Amino acid sequence: MSIAEEAKLAVRGAIQGVMEKAIELAPDSWMPGGKPDSLIATKHGSIGASVPRIDSPLKVQGKAPFAAEFELPGMVYAALMFSTVAKGRIATLDTAQAEAAPGVVLVMTHRNAPRMESMPVFLSAEKAGGGDNLPIMQDDRIHWNGQPIAVVLAETQEQADYAVALIRASYEQDAATTSFATAKRKGTEPGLFMGQPLKTEKGSADAAFKASAAKVEATYTTPRHNHNAIEPHAATVAWDGDRLIVHDASQAVAHTAWSLGKIFGISEQQVHVTSPFVGGGFGGKCLWQHQVLGAAAAKLAGRPVRIALSREGVYRLIGGRTLTEQRLAIGADQDGRFNAIIHSGTVATTRQNGMPEPFILPTMSSYGSPNIKLDVEVVYLDMLANTFMRAPGESVGTFALESAIDELAVSLGIDPVELRILNQPSEDPLKGTPFSSRHITEAWRAGAEKFGWSKRSAPGTVRDGEWQIGIGCATATYPYHRMPGGAARITLTRDGYARVEIAAHEMGMGTATAHTQVVADRLGLSRDQVTFAYGDSLMPGVVLAGGSQQTASIGASVIAAHHVLIKELLKLAGNDSPLAGLGTDEVGTLNGGLAKLDDPSRHESYVSILTRSGRDHVAVEGSASAPLETMHWSMHSFGALFCEIGVNSVTGETRVRRFLGSYDCGRILNPKTAASQFRGGIIMGLGLALMEETQFDDRNGRVMNPSLAEYHVPVHLDVPPIDVIWTDIPDPRAPMGARGIGEIGITGVGAAVANAVFNATGKRVRDLPLTLDKLM
Amino acid sequence: MTPFDYSRASDVADALRMGAGVQAKFLGGGTNLVDLMRETIERPAALVDITGLPAEITERDDGGLVIGAAVRNTALAEHRTVRTRYPVLSRAILAGASAQIRNMATVGGNLLQRTRCSYFYDDAGSRCNKRQPGQGCDAIDGFNRNHAILGASEACVATHPSDMCVALAALDAVVHLEGRGGARTLPLVELHRLPGDRPDLETALQPGELITAIELPAQPIAARSTYRKVRDRSSYAFALVSVAAALELDGDTVKDVRVALGGVAHKPWRALEAEQALRGGKVSEAAFRAAAEAELAHAVPLSCNTFKIELAKRTITAVLGELAGAAR
Repeated sequence: MSIAEEAKLAVRGAIQGVMEKAIELAPDSWMPGGKPDSLIATKHGSIGASVPRIDSPLKVQGKAPFAAEFELPGMVYAALMFSTVAKGRIATLDTAQAEAAPGVVLVMTHRNAPRMESMPVFLSAEKAGGGDNLPIMQDDRIHWNGQPIAVVLAETQEQADYAVALIRASYEQDAATTSFATAKRKGTEPGLFMGQPLKTEKGSADAAFKASAAKVEATYTTPRHNHNAIEPHAATVAWDGDRLIVHDASQAVAHTAWSLGKIFGISEQQVHVTSPFVGGGFGGKCLWQHQVLGAAAAKLAGRPVRIALSREGVYRLIGGRTLTEQRLAIGADQDGRFNAIIHSGTVATTRQNGMPEPFILPTMSSYGSPNIKLDVEVVYLDMLANTFMRAPGESVGTFALESAIDELAVSLGIDPVELRILNQPSEDPLKGTPFSSRHITEAWRAGAEKFGWSKRSAPGTVRDGEWQIGIGCATATYPYHRMPGGAARITLTRDGYARVEIAAHEMGMGTATAHTQVVADRLGLSRDQVTFAYGDSLMPGVVLAGGSQQTASIGASVIAAHHVLIKELLKLAGNDSPLAGLGTDEVGTLNGGLAKLDDPSRHESYVSILTRSGRDHVAVEGSASAPLETMHWSMHSFGALFCEIGVNSVTGETRVRRFLGSYDCGRILNPKTAASQFRGGIIMGLGLALMEETQFDDRNGRVMNPSLAEYHVPVHLDVPPIDVIWTDIPDPRAPMGARGIGEIGITGVGAAVANAVFNATGKRVRDLPLTLDKLM
Repeated sequence: MTPFDYSRASDVADALRMGAGVQAKFLGGGTNLVDLMRETIERPAALVDITGLPAEITERDDGGLVIGAAVRNTALAEHRTVRTRYPVLSRAILAGASAQIRNMATVGGNLLQRTRCSYFYDDAGSRCNKRQPGQGCDAIDGFNRNHAILGASEACVATHPSDMCVALAALDAVVHLEGRGGARTLPLVELHRLPGDRPDLETALQPGELITAIELPAQPIAARSTYRKVRDRSSYAFALVSVAAALELDGDTVKDVRVALGGVAHKPWRALEAEQALRGGKVSEAAFRAAAEAELAHAVPLSCNTFKIELAKRTITAVLGELAGAAR
C-alpha cells in the first residue's frame, strides 16, 4: 500500500469514527427501529403461522425453473477446461482437435476471448459482486490450479464435454506458494476487511491474561471447506444487441447486473439478471468467472449459451471457506469471571480477493471481559480465491472460542452452562452500545431443561456397549445485519390484490413464503391476496441474500414502500372518505384497507378508495432507511446448543445421538421454515464437526476430492433427531422484530460436538474434522 | 466421454464374440465403468452390455450357491439363503454404496470395480502408474489416508474398494470365467493382483475373458459370520478398514475361522496368518489380538494412514470377539 493510500484510509477511518460515535450518541427516536415496527404488536395475523412453502407444489412437479433449465432458441452448451498448475503461463494450447470435433461451435481461449474488464471484487463498491479481480481469459497467465483456460461451445452438453477432453495444454510454471506452512514461515500480514484491519484491543489483554488466576490457552485448527449446494452453479446467457440477459443461480441479482455491466462496458440497465429459484446459496452463489465466460462466449458465438458447472467445476471455480489456525487464551478469576480474552491467528487468502476468514467475530459480542484482544493475520497463497460460506467467521471462530470456554469450565470445575451465563456482558463488550434485545440466558435455561443437561456425568464415565457416551454444549451466535440499498415496489389493484416487487432471492429457505405472510399482515390482506415477486434485477433494491440480512432488508424496504402507499392512498381517498383529514402517522392498515389508529371505525377499504378515485391500481416505491440501528445498538442473535454423542471405543468413530438448539433470534416469522433453517444449519455444522475437509494438495495447490463421493457431507444416517426451540421475543429495533436466521444454525456446532466428545472420552480434539484417527 | 459403440449380448457366446475387440469392455450396471468413462479414465471403443445374461442364483445339491454374474447386488444381498447361510456376504453388500447403486450394480461388475485413489481419478492433473505405467505416483506423498498398508509397492499404494469382495474372499468363493480358450475357474483371492511394478494390471483375466458366475462352496462355518466396515461417515463412504469373518467353535477352542480385510490392500486381503494363529487355539480376546498382530506384522504405513494398522487390529479383535460371544 502506498503512503497516499494509507493516508486516505486513515482519513476515511477518522471520519467513520466520528460518524459512528455520533450515531451511538444520538437519541433512539432518530434511529430506524427507534419506533418499533407496528407489526411487532400484531398478535393474530399471518406472521408466526407455520405456512408451508408456497413454492413446494411447483418444485415437486418439476415446474420451478432453475438457471440451467431455461431453454433459449439456438442455445449452445459450454464446457470448461481447467489449468493443472498453480502459477505460470500457458506455453501451448492446442484446440484444433476440439474445434474439429462433432457439434463444436467454437473454442474460446485467451487468444480469441472478447476484451473485458475484470470483475469488481465483492465489497469494493456497493454493487460489486465478483469473487476475484483477475483478468478473465485476457492473457496467458495462470493464477490458480483449476483456473479456466478454455471454453468449448457445442450443440449438446455431451459434445462440449467430449471436445474439452481433446484440448492439449502445456505450461511454463512459475514458483507458486501453495503451502500454508511455508507461507507462514515467511511471515504474516494483518488481515484487511473492507480496508480495515481485523485487529482490535480493549484494555491490555496480554498482561491481564498473565495475571489471571485461571488460564486456558490452546491452538485450534479448521480445514478448508467447499461449497456443495445441491444445485451446481449455472447460468443461461443471451445477448440481444447490447443487452445482456442472464438467467442465473444467484443470491445477488442487482450486484451481478451492475458488475456484469462494468465487465462488458455497458450500463447496469442493459443487463437483466433473473434468478427465480436457487438450489442453495450459502455465500457461494454470487458472481464467479463462469457467468462472465458464458456471456463472453455467447458474444463470440452470437448465440445463447448455457454454462452449467459440473460438480468438479464447482470445486475448481467457486471459492470455499479457507483454513484457519486460531490461538484462544482466556484468563479468569477463581470464580470463572473472565479477565482477558485473546483470539488471534492466521488464515490463508489470495491477492485477488479480500476475504480473511474473520474468525474473531463471535468473540466480539459473546462475552464480557475488561481486556479483549483480537487479531486476524493472513498469508497469501496462489490458489482459488476463498470466499463467504455460511457464517464466515462465526462457524469456525466459535469452534475455538466455545471449546476454550469448555476447557476453562473443566479446569475450574464449573458447569459450562453456568460459566457462560456468568460471563454475559451488560453492554456490547467492545463498543459499549446497549443491546437491542438479548435473551441468551433464557435460551440457555430453556435448552438445558429440555435437553436434560443436569444429568451430565464426569468425562469418560458413561458407556453403552462399545460406545462411550457424552454430552456437550456451546453458544451459537450471529449478528443482525442490514445492508444499505433496500427498496421495494408495491402495486395495489382495484380488486384488492397487492404485488410486492423487490430484487431479493429465494434460495430454498422460504423467503417468498415468509414475506408473503409479512406483506399480508402489513397491508391487512390475506395471503392469497398477496404476490411476492423477487429474483429479478429489474426490480427495485440492492438486496444481498447474505449475512442473514435479507429478511431485515426486505422488511425495511416494504416498510418504506408501505409508508409511501399510505400517503398515496390518503391522497386518493380525498375528502369524501372516513379517513378525510388524517395524516399518514394517524392511520394504519386494517381488514383490506386503512383505518385511523385509535378509531378503527374510521375505515375505508382499498377497493373502495381505488374505485372511488377511478384508478385501476396504485403503484409506489420506497427506499429503506440507512441501516444505522446496528451502530446505535448492539444487535445479535444467540443460541444455546446441546448434543449427545457416542464415540466407539474400538474404532474411534463418533456418531451424534441427539441435538438440541435453543435460539434467541427475535420473532420467528414462520416456525416451519425457520425450523428447517436451524436444522439445516445444524446439519451443516455436524459436517464441519465430523467430516468436511477439502483436500488441497499443498505441493501444487490442486483440490484432490472434487466430488460428493470423496468430499464428505453428512448422509441421512449421520443426522440424529434435532430438536429446535426459540424464545420468540421480538427485537424492538428490527423490522417485524425478527433477526435473520440463515447462518446462526451452523455456528457453535463444531464446539458442541467436540465438547461432548471430551465429556465422553476425556480427549480434547482441537483440530477439525473430528475423524476417528484422532480418537483411537 | 469418448464416443463408443454399444451392443447388447443375448448369451455368453454372443458376449465373447462381441467382446473380442482389443478396446471392448463388458458393461454390467455401469456404476463404476460409466463414471470412469465420464472422467475419460476409461475410453473403451466398444461396450458390450451383458445385463441380459443369466442372472440367477442357483442352490447346488451340496449346499453351495452359484451366482450369475449379472445378478444385481441388491438381489444377492436380499436372497434368503445368502442372508441365513452367508450373512457376511449380505452384510458386506449392504455396507457398500447406496440402495440406488446396489440396484444397478452387478456381481460381476463389483468384482472389477477400480480403486477410488483420487490421483487415479485426476486424469488431467496428477501422475498415476495405474493409469499410465511408468508415469509415477502422486499418492505416495499426497493424500493417502484411504490407501494400502499391506502388499503395496513403490509403484502403487491404491486399495480395492469393494465390500462384497472382502466377504467373498473370506468365503473361498470361486470365479467362473469363459474366454476364447474355453471355460476355467479361479479362486477369488487369485482374481485380483497385488500392484508390483504393473499396477495397471489389476486382475488375472485374459483379454476378452468374461466372468460368468461366482460359486460359493458349502461353508457351514459361514452361518456364523459377519462384516464390519469402519469409515468416516455412517453410510456412502469407502472403508478405511473392513473385516469379514466367520468363526466355528468347539467349546473354548477355535475349530475353524475365516478372516478377510478390506480397505487395506490392492486386493481383498485374506488374513491367512491370523487364521492360522487362531485355528485350534483357545478363544480369548488376547488370542484374537495376537492373531491380528500376526496378520498386520508386515503392514507398512504411508504418511496419512498409520492409524489404519491399529484400527485393523482392533476391528479384527472386536469382530472375532463378537462372533465368539454369539457362539457361546
